[in-house]
Amino acid sequence: MKNCMKCMLDWVDARFPLTSNWKTHLSEYYAPKNFNFWYYFGSLALLVLVIQIVTGIFLTMHYKPEATMAFSSVEYIMRDVTGGWIIRYMHSTGASMFFVVVYMHMFRGLLYGSHRNPRELIWLFGVGIFLCLMGEAFFGYLLPWGQMSYWGAQVIINLFTSIPFVGPDISEWLRGDYVVSDATLNRFFAFHVIALPLVLLGLVVAHIIALHEVGSNNPDGIEIKAKKDPKTHIPLDGIPFHPYYTVKDIMGVVVFLIVFASVVFFAPEMGGYFLEANNFIPANPLVTPPHIAPVWYFTPYYSILRAVPPILNSQFPGVVAMGASVVIFAFLPWLDRSPVKSIRYRGPLYKRWLAAFVVSFLVLGYLGTEPSNVWGQFAASMPIIGGADRATVVARFFMAIYFAFFLLMPWYSKRDTTKPVPERVTA
Amino acid sequence: MKNLLLILVLLLPTALLANESIHMERAPVNLDDQASLQRGAKTFINYCLNCHSASAMRYNRLQDIGLTNEQIKANLLLAGEKVGDTMTVAMNAKEAKVWFGAAPPDLSVEARARGADWLYAYMRGFYRDDTRPTGWNNKVFDKVGMPHVLYELQATLKPAEYDAVVADLVNYMVYMAEPAKLVRGNLGLIVLLFLGVFFVLARALKKEFWKDIH
Repeated sequence: MKNCMKCMLDWVDARFPLTSNWKTHLSEYYAPKNFNFWYYFGSLALLVLVIQIVTGIFLTMHYKPEATMAFSSVEYIMRDVTGGWIIRYMHSTGASMFFVVVYMHMFRGLLYGSHRNPRELIWLFGVGIFLCLMGEAFFGYLLPWGQMSYWGAQVIINLFTSIPFVGPDISEWLRGDYVVSDATLNRFFAFHVIALPLVLLGLVVAHIIALHEVGSNNPDGIEIKAKKDPKTHIPLDGIPFHPYYTVKDIMGVVVFLIVFASVVFFAPEMGGYFLEANNFIPANPLVTPPHIAPVWYFTPYYSILRAVPPILNSQFPGVVAMGASVVIFAFLPWLDRSPVKSIRYRGPLYKRWLAAFVVSFLVLGYLGTEPSNVWGQFAASMPIIGGADRATVVARFFMAIYFAFFLLMPWYSKRDTTKPVPERVTA
Repeated sequence: MKNLLLILVLLLPTALLANESIHMERAPVNLDDQASLQRGAKTFINYCLNCHSASAMRYNRLQDIGLTNEQIKANLLLAGEKVGDTMTVAMNAKEAKVWFGAAPPDLSVEARARGADWLYAYMRGFYRDDTRPTGWNNKVFDKVGMPHVLYELQATLKPAEYDAVVADLVNYMVYMAEPAKLVRGNLGLIVLLFLGVFFVLARALKKEFWKDIH
């Protein structure tokens, strides 16, 4: 029996690099032995991707991408399709959890310098994945065809109108109509279920291939490949990904699923943050909702869009700022000039700037969920800011910190006092 | 790192508090109360389902709340519908718009769009207003097009009794907006129990493998 398995494997290996791939990516991929909590989110992102694809396939079996039927077909899934409500809640919860996981994954990079040489390309593929994910979320959000779906898409597509000269034509081309309509729904469906997922999968494969080429970073931010066993050439601080990290990640997966199931079964709306109340009203092109807010994962960028004042009656500067606030992540490997990678050996400057960045990201995120007059106005008698919306002024302040974190990084990361980096990884 | 977490924890309540909107009395929703759900279904079908549809809701789905197909056929199918039909109305939306100023919305998921508290306040919020074409206005929905359909009930019942009728109706509408809600929690507990056991095993497996690393 054993012999037979072996000869079958030999047969495959002579025709396809099965064993060698298994070794390269799992059993002989040496990962640093000191991964901590933050290193669970890569495998979890992969898990959520699979959840989204599998639930998405089942949703497309029952969903109708057609303006008069889209809303009711979602309710049909929720009621008449066996297990439909679980599939739908897994998909809607998965969308939000994807961003939770990816934001944690990106923050890990900021903590331990995972974007630094030699991992710049991994980071760039990652930024590509992030952009793709935002596109997926945006296109997918139109599909339930509720009021928020409709008006959210309307607002975002109208942003393109502000591009000088060609803007209105671009918006019309994107919509396929003068307003968001059935034509828009159909093309968004196509982008959501096939175009972007293909790109996303390609980028994920590239992200992992690049990672396995250079090897994983770790909480100490040192290269384990620099210290190898002279005989075996295995990094002294490396352990095979399989079985050590496969069993560890299974544990992480179970903890994640506990959180995930708690949302799916007990709070699928998450207090209006994952599923918005207004989206239970069918799309109506004639009635604008009083307050249009994007889903929570877009709100930091939306805040930045709103915070930039129109220049010469054009919203274009705000649109550029919003785009820049996302794309700027791509430049991080070259903005960071610190001699060390990990926050463990960085000085107080970087720690403070990172803390300020996280706070501004969260404050901008919160403000993006609220109307800009949520905190009222400053007294008219005040100089400069008199009469302005308090929330807008606060958003401008935190927007400045958000961008300063990136733009001043070459200066403060170089100037920072750092601690000596150990030769080998610490526990 | 620790400072960062502290700031986050301190910021959290401000984010939650700021969401507080106009105060509305809490609707006494209890989906475990089958009798209340059944009374609410009866009120809904008798009073609401003349103008408002609930086109995502099938009559035979009322088996969820303890009715049999025979009971549904005998008591709740008033216009020759089949028991597997959805709750539609004969009223033409275009004409309704002329009559009321706005077509009565489909109520399948109204409780999820408006919230139970809003519905509870709305159905108890009608007051006389001679400037309105119907003679009625509403405390939570100014210049509402809908007349006070439960007027007779409110006039003949004691206030507490009327509140109970509305509470049953809202209870039913919460169920109707998401029938899965009846089973979601129980299924969730089973799933969490399974994951809890899975976690113990996964942790033991990890510890066993990692013994030789630490």
